Amino acid sequence: MTTTTSPGVVSAESSEGTAGLKLSGLQLRLISIVGFFLAWEISGHVPISPAFPTFSGTMMAMFEMIFDGSLFLAYFETLKPLLLGVGISAFFGVTIGVSMGLNKKSRWLWEPIFVVLQASPVAALIPLITYAYGIGITAKTVAVIILASPIIVLNTYKAVGNASPVLVQMSRAFQGTRMQEIWKVIIPNAAPVIFAGLRLGVAAGFIGVILAELLITPTGIGDIISYNRSIAKYPHMYAAVLSIIVFSAVMVGMLEKAEVKYFRPEKKRGQ
Amino acid sequence: MNKAIHMSLPDATTPTDPSANIVSVRGITKFYGSDVHALEDVNLDFPTGQMTTLLGPSGCGKTTLLKIIAGLLETTSGEVMVKGKAVTSPGPERAFVFQDFALLPWATVTRNVAFGLELTGVPLKEREAKAKSYIDKVGLSGFEDKYPHELSGGMRQRVGLARALAVDADVLLMDEPFSAVDEQNRRKFQEDLLHLLSVENKTVIFVTHSIEEAVYVSDQIVLLSPRPGRIHSIIRPELDRSSSPDDIRRDKVYLDTVEEIWGNIREYLD
Repeated sequence: MTTTTSPGVVSAESSEGTAGLKLSGLQLRLISIVGFFLAWEISGHVPISPAFPTFSGTMMAMFEMIFDGSLFLAYFETLKPLLLGVGISAFFGVTIGVSMGLNKKSRWLWEPIFVVLQASPVAALIPLITYAYGIGITAKTVAVIILASPIIVLNTYKAVGNASPVLVQMSRAFQGTRMQEIWKVIIPNAAPVIFAGLRLGVAAGFIGVILAELLITPTGIGDIISYNRSIAKYPHMYAAVLSIIVFSAVMVGMLEKAEVKYFRPEKKRGQ
Repeated sequence: MNKAIHMSLPDATTPTDPSANIVSVRGITKFYGSDVHALEDVNLDFPTGQMTTLLGPSGCGKTTLLKIIAGLLETTSGEVMVKGKAVTSPGPERAFVFQDFALLPWATVTRNVAFGLELTGVPLKEREAKAKSYIDKVGLSGFEDKYPHELSGGMRQRVGLARALAVDADVLLMDEPFSAVDEQNRRKFQEDLLHLLSVENKTVIFVTHSIEEAVYVSDQIVLLSPRPGRIHSIIRPELDRSSSPDDIRRDKVYLDTVEEIWGNIREYLD
């Protein structure tokens, strides 16, 4: 949410001193966030609907749940299938995607499965998952994997498949082996798109775990959302929704930091 | 008066003396698929320590021939001899400079220059020291830790040249190395290249579509005819290399040779 730098912010920084109003990138970002919460607060007072709480009411409910510990307990429950599912999807998804990008037979084997999975309405599959895996953590983990893995696999495959032919030729011209070509050229070259897939995959994993908690058995954050809705404690319900959005954005932002740090150091400068 | 000397085409049956010609190609024919006929029976010798330019209109197969010599493309028939041995893949005696630089965008200038050494397993300290010395030689001191996107086109190609020099190959293969460099930098770069090569004692095979560039830098110019590429003629411009770059560009032999080659190429453009 706050981790990406948009080109607009950069130009505001560089035009500093010439414009009458001096605003730094950080200030502009804060204005954007504060403006959103202000609009929320006002529309909560209008009110749009009795089921739409104000921002301040939502924050009060969030603090209440933080201090009584219920939010942490809920996250502990939600994170287990989420991290397991995202971890499995990331590891196997990138591996399968890389092999598809490098090898025609692997492509023929995996592509139909993941293309169909990506196109299918996964919520409709969740009853099937409960038939197969019951209502425990396995079913929820499978739901996360089904949502997260197609995006990760297909992005990785496309990134590796479109590796720069010039760089590959360069590696061969300097006597690089096939393994060096893959590890030192193709994968770093594909890293930005692989990481874009991972970020989308993590976001999809969040959708998967919330869907599973709403549709399979109410636990964790999904339970807070559905329980508070059923007893009409809307500020608490919105607080849970807001917390999961913030949490998801922070995780996606951390992935982006890791990418730049370990794979694309040149992005730190001059962009 | 034209002092450029014309040579007869090498005969496919003549045995080559490996000490005089470090690279020879014999009977090279190349088809892309079944219908694109890129090269037809090309026989050529590349004398050791000299700069040979492959020149011709676009589509004459000059880059194809260079990549075949590099071992990056397979021939349909014919063979490439390097130091008397037939080769079909890249080897340590040849290094390549790419038209569009082919630098790793995520690697610093130092790592890019050292990349050829990295691939052949030279230890980190040793390859960085070697990279540093070639970075200095191509005039990029102070840019060791920059990334390619922070450099101009001319500077990027200097990195590409330093990478090729760092692996210490006897033969440098250069594929239109200045075509993505602006005109002022191109001239400066040509002069620097000639100076550097006189010190490094390399054999250079150079592809270009610029007649002036070919005449300015070459000991031997191979003029190719368009598809399928055949050798039209071989020209050796007899320029006095000891005079200044500006004098060479005003020299009568230089100007006459450029005119003559242009006359030959013009036939193919009509």
